[in-house]
Amino acid sequence: MIEYVWLVPLVPILGFLFNGLLGKRVPKWLVSLVGCSVIGISFLIVILIFLEYLKLPADAKPVEVVVYNWISSGNFNALAAFLVDPLSLIMMLVVSGVSFIIHIYSVGYMHDDEGYPRYFSFLNLFVFAMLVLVSANNFLLMFVGWEGVGLCSYLLIGFWYEKQSASDAGKKAFVVNRIGDFGFLLGIFLIFWTFNTINFREVFSIAGTNFEVGSLVITAITLLLFVGATGKSAQLPLYVWLPDAMEGPTPVSALIHAATMVTAGVYMVARCSALYVLAPVSLTVVAIVGAATAIMSASIGLAQNDIKRVLAYSTVSQLGYMFLACGVGAFAAGIFHLMTHAFFKALLFLGSGSVIHALSGEQDMRHMGDLKKHLPITYWTFIMATLAIAGIFPFAGFFSKDEILYKSLVDGHILYWMIAAAAAFMTAFYMFRLIFMTFHGESRVKPEVLHHVHESPPVMTLPLIALAVLSTIGGFVGIPIIEGANVFHEFLAPAIVHVHRPEIHYPISFEVFMMVVSVIIALLGINTAYRMYIKRPELPQLVTEKIPLLYDLIYHKYYVDELYAATVVNPIKMGSDFLWKGVDEKVVDGAVNGSAGLVEWLSYHIRKLETGYVQNYALAILIGVFIIAGYYLGR
Amino acid sequence: MIVPLLYYIALSSALFAIGVIGVLIRRNAIIIFMCIEMMLNAVNLSLVGFADHYQAIDGQMFVFFVMTVAAAEVAVGLALIVAIFRNKATVNVDELNLMKW
Repeated sequence: MIEYVWLVPLVPILGFLFNGLLGKRVPKWLVSLVGCSVIGISFLIVILIFLEYLKLPADAKPVEVVVYNWISSGNFNALAAFLVDPLSLIMMLVVSGVSFIIHIYSVGYMHDDEGYPRYFSFLNLFVFAMLVLVSANNFLLMFVGWEGVGLCSYLLIGFWYEKQSASDAGKKAFVVNRIGDFGFLLGIFLIFWTFNTINFREVFSIAGTNFEVGSLVITAITLLLFVGATGKSAQLPLYVWLPDAMEGPTPVSALIHAATMVTAGVYMVARCSALYVLAPVSLTVVAIVGAATAIMSASIGLAQNDIKRVLAYSTVSQLGYMFLACGVGAFAAGIFHLMTHAFFKALLFLGSGSVIHALSGEQDMRHMGDLKKHLPITYWTFIMATLAIAGIFPFAGFFSKDEILYKSLVDGHILYWMIAAAAAFMTAFYMFRLIFMTFHGESRVKPEVLHHVHESPPVMTLPLIALAVLSTIGGFVGIPIIEGANVFHEFLAPAIVHVHRPEIHYPISFEVFMMVVSVIIALLGINTAYRMYIKRPELPQLVTEKIPLLYDLIYHKYYVDELYAATVVNPIKMGSDFLWKGVDEKVVDGAVNGSAGLVEWLSYHIRKLETGYVQNYALAILIGVFIIAGYYLGR
Repeated sequence: MIVPLLYYIALSSALFAIGVIGVLIRRNAIIIFMCIEMMLNAVNLSLVGFADHYQAIDGQMFVFFVMTVAAAEVAVGLALIVAIFRNKATVNVDELNLMKW
């Protein structure tokens, strides 16, 4: 089955072609059937490949499947080839599995939308691109997927393009991602220039043997690649597009802007772990950016009122965690958190979608409250996901988050741990603030909406339940402490290169103690939220008034958008304006119009020679004859 | 009796000049046309004169060619003038200024 790995991305693109070309002419049920089943088939193939891979002898791993020679020019070779190794398998499983669940959910969520076939064709195209990204065996093919998901993200953020804010958000995402992609592309160029190949395994083996730790060119490569990752995975300073991306349909936010696409950067850093371990400087940069992003966006999440924006900032913050893990060299922990995050964050978004669906499109949490009795399934699944993201034992997020916290302390620096712990506290707080504002307390739902509040249909609640199960038990593949119980790490180990450090063994009691500490931090956050939003609902107002400056700063997201507008966007706009109105219209167009005007002016006068009288022409001929004859005679 | 070359050339030049002036100042298309014929024949005359002077047959042969061309030109030219007259009811070249700017 492994040799058919190319079917994994191919099947979704068939769905894209079918829905894109015929979607408007076939009945809706067929669009849903094709749209969902292609992803289901793809998921099944991945499972079969996974099972077969487990049985392979160790020397046959990893498997590279070459489909055809894509580009061959001089000593540059790019194959359309796929790499099946633990890392790509985990990514393929997560991507196709979560995609499948979200596709089914979309059938219910998008049911009344006019662009139904278009939606499914884009979603299928996205899955295709994402699967290419995670299964490629070289940097260039990965870049194809990388750009493909960027395109689909743009298309789906601006899905309701009649809305100005949605099409603006799409453009913003595209432009910001482009900045990152530029870095990524430069990184690929530098890789080819250095290694003469772009195949992952060749590059990594050459790097491992021929380059020293701290090598300058490797540092440059890894930093450039990380620029790409900050764009795609919404890290400082390029995270600004992700919160705006919430303009897209909610399942899209769940799939692209929470579970899969935004984790591409983490995947890429983990994939290039062999390069990153050679560049301690880059690792430090990754860790600092990750930690800073985690704390900053978590703090912004504290004061947002739009249910999806809270989740968006939470996503940025969790991605920061993943990069922090990669930065301290715990790539496996980053990927582990990527996986559990895909489960619980997809669930959170789908749950919020269910709430929005029930409230006829209301997203402002100030107009929610007391929805628990109306939406029981949504409520309980949402609670599970929230416990998971807060890091409460034994939900999935506990294991991965605790591992990151622990690694950032023992492999990183106490400062990293303090930042990550503070972010964890904030995460627990804002997530339970969201729960309390949405499902508990007094109902602030607008009366005209209240009549129609209803639980979502089974096609939407079943995916919620499936993801809730995954969010609950998904962490048990990576049980720490107990020897041999962490199957996730064991499985992933061959695909990851670790930083060479002196092995320090900490007593198990220390590890357990850190776990207890991280749970206590989460509980403190929950308790704070409970006191502020359930026990004394007047408290948030008081806090706001007490620290107006700080609140204002957070509420306005640290004015980062305004800062970017003032320092980057507006100068570029002004420069472009000058080039347009000054250089293009005046100089370039002026030169063209001026020469045309000159010719016109000359013609206006010269044409008067054309009298139309045949005898004038005869006279001109005669004069000409005299001149020529005179010239030859007078010579 | 040998006619001196100068006579030939003088008559030829005079005829040619009259032709040119006629082409330039007359307004009737038929007269202009006849003046063109006169210019052609002035050239013919000079060709014959030179042929006689140099005792070379080439000049005389040339004259036949010119006459042939002139005959053809007359056929086409007169046909044109007739066609114009049918359309415009005039052969005054001052009124035929379609090529004007």
